Amino acid sequence: MTIKIKDLPLKEYLLPGNASCPGCPAALGLRMLGKALEGKFILVVPACCSTIIQGAFPKTSANFPILNIAFAASAATAAGVAAGLEMQGVEDVQVVVWAGDGGTADIGLQALSGVAERGDNIIYICYDNEAYMNTGIQRSGATPYGAWTTTTWTGKREFKKDIPMIMAAHKIPYVATACVSYPLDFIAKIRKAAKIKGTKYIHLLAPCPPGWRFPSDKTIEIGRLAVLTGMWALYEIENGIFKLTGPSIALIDKAKRKPIKEYIKLQGRFAKMTDEDIEKLQKYIDMQWEYYKMLLESSKIKSEGKLP
Amino acid sequence: MSKIPLTSISKPTKGAVGFTGFWRSFKPVIDQSKCVHCLQCWLYCPEGAIRRIGENLLNVEVDYEYCKGCGICANECPVKAIQMVLEE
Amino acid sequence: MVLSEVLTGNYAVAYAAKMARVQVIAAYPITPQTTIVEKLAQFVESGELNAKYIRVESEHSAMAACIGAAATGARAFTATASHGLLYMSEMVWWAGMGRYPIVMAVVTRAIGPPWSIWTEHNDVLAHRDSGWIIFFAEDNQEVFDLTVQAFRIAENEKVLQPVMVTLDAFILSHTAAPVLMPDQNQVDEFLPPPGSRKLPYRLDPNNPITHGNLTYPDYFMELRYEIMRAMENAKQVIIDTGRKYGEMTGRYYDGLIEKYKCSNAKAIIIAMGSSAGDAKEAADLLRDEGYEVGVIKMRTIRPFPFEELRETCRNAKIIGVVDRNYSYGFGGIIHGEVKSALNGLKITVQNFIAGLGGRDITVNDFINMGKKLIEMADKGLGEQPPIWINLKKEVIP
Repeated sequence: MTIKIKDLPLKEYLLPGNASCPGCPAALGLRMLGKALEGKFILVVPACCSTIIQGAFPKTSANFPILNIAFAASAATAAGVAAGLEMQGVEDVQVVVWAGDGGTADIGLQALSGVAERGDNIIYICYDNEAYMNTGIQRSGATPYGAWTTTTWTGKREFKKDIPMIMAAHKIPYVATACVSYPLDFIAKIRKAAKIKGTKYIHLLAPCPPGWRFPSDKTIEIGRLAVLTGMWALYEIENGIFKLTGPSIALIDKAKRKPIKEYIKLQGRFAKMTDEDIEKLQKYIDMQWEYYKMLLESSKIKSEGKLP
Repeated sequence: MSKIPLTSISKPTKGAVGFTGFWRSFKPVIDQSKCVHCLQCWLYCPEGAIRRIGENLLNVEVDYEYCKGCGICANECPVKAIQMVLEE
Repeated sequence: MVLSEVLTGNYAVAYAAKMARVQVIAAYPITPQTTIVEKLAQFVESGELNAKYIRVESEHSAMAACIGAAATGARAFTATASHGLLYMSEMVWWAGMGRYPIVMAVVTRAIGPPWSIWTEHNDVLAHRDSGWIIFFAEDNQEVFDLTVQAFRIAENEKVLQPVMVTLDAFILSHTAAPVLMPDQNQVDEFLPPPGSRKLPYRLDPNNPITHGNLTYPDYFMELRYEIMRAMENAKQVIIDTGRKYGEMTGRYYDGLIEKYKCSNAKAIIIAMGSSAGDAKEAADLLRDEGYEVGVIKMRTIRPFPFEELRETCRNAKIIGVVDRNYSYGFGGIIHGEVKSALNGLKITVQNFIAGLGGRDITVNDFINMGKKLIEMADKGLGEQPPIWINLKKEVIP
């Protein structure tokens, strides 16, 4: 069931005149989330850029309820919200976490793992701008290899933490990756998650103009290149069955993937990367796609019921 | 605000941080004659500062009170119907 | 119909939470609170208690989940001790400053290193500034009674602050004693049905609001002033609730402090928690020997009972505050607070440090303290540095 742009609700759930930077992918993501669930949700927001995007008391830019909470606590708080709603017989309201990569991959990982293990009925969306952007672009576990940040001035030496796969290892019913450049794919995934009972995880790539060092009009273009070079794959893992979605489906063939250099060269945060660094990263990404090939194979076997 | 609420709760407000149109240096100008009504600009605007208008809601116009001038609409328009023009 | 059960302090908490019909429990086990959460898990799984039990992976998440539940208007409960309380510290503050009416039982336990599982009050007192109403229970009956009352106090529209009921490790938590419990119908009448006291600022997509977003200096102080007022309101609400509870059970809790033989006392001992009972017994024995000693039990330390303390102490010559805690670089915490409350009155306030790490404070210890206070008063001696009771001086280098 493909969603058409014209069919998206007109109503804005993230009101304009908010505090997001020009070209902000988190603002776009929130706008899409609002349209996906038509405001019928409670959003739990830990400390992150989206905390500030709301604006200051007594005004908020959100046309849906938000529970702002401490940095490490978002997943557990959402579990509490879901339990509170269930005990009061409220059935048609989704509980959604909207957390940055810091509050997910690093400080918030423990609580998220606990929620996934228990299967609490929430949708956890991590919008990933690949650093602690809200506090001034410091590196996080989700920062990619070679990226400049204010705590990795010569480029990060470690590779990006693969959170979606960590979540899949918890065997939750739904794990998906998305990108702001493919909003209809993102909205479809949110709506699918909303129909499932249990813990659902969506990881949204969010290219950040000030943090990644590119002009604000290139946000969507860079997100698109992330997918088309294979740096970021769009996929779903539903009950353990892995499948690629959207443009990523064709990219299982390396020849169809653009070289990552096309993505790297547009971002100031990668300016100091040497050709060797880029080669290392290209190999790493290629390895990642070999892993996706394996997952596709095993998923095919699983869905055909031919488990050994 | 007359009286503060019992605790720090805030109400939904358009323009919560003011008329963010003042932020921009460049403003998007739509050449309606070139527009093919694909609604990509409306979809991709992070601010929701592009309005769908007209009979079938397939025409678009910019809400200059809030548009921050990021330029995404101009960059994404498949027919280059939007130009970023320097503000006076 | 009154039920009488022999219960440990921990079980008293669990029964009270069950009768209060809590809706969401999120807790992490820590000695010596474990039997609270185990009993509650049993109640939930047997169907005796209709609640969601979230078996969180840490105390920080426990309080986070309680906040989430309370924000929807549900009745939330948790329990912890010592390091668990410290681990959830950030969220304890979040609940207090966010005004989420949660009830928590804390089994007071010493903070390490070195590891200790026995009682000390530093863990609770470290959170006295966080906007929580804090009760210290003397015995298992009080543990039960205060926990039931806590929900009514927290959810009162003039208060809307979370409440902590504390009980001493092992002395109360694991020691069984008879506890009288009202029947469920009485509790249902005493407490509003859970979730029905709709939190005025609860989360609901039909009325979207944002909790706790950024607040500039131009409004922050007013929000804090509101909390200050809520805590002031709490004083009367605690008394009214205690009175109402007395009408229901015959056990009245109409005071932030309990005064024992204070009316013509020359010396008053101030104690809190389980040792208050021993202090009162010592006062009886001292009175028999002619020493005019009274006891104040600090049942509530937040909101702090300034007025009641001044009123009760004004005619005494000397006060001895027994601190089962220490603020390193300062002195006993409650001593400091009592002294500031009694400022201006011509009374000596002496600090005793006793029972740290769970060392027993015996009736004999209180008798000696009482005699010491009378001696100081008779000789007109001023305040001495804090006296550490039963310290093994011989092992200290």
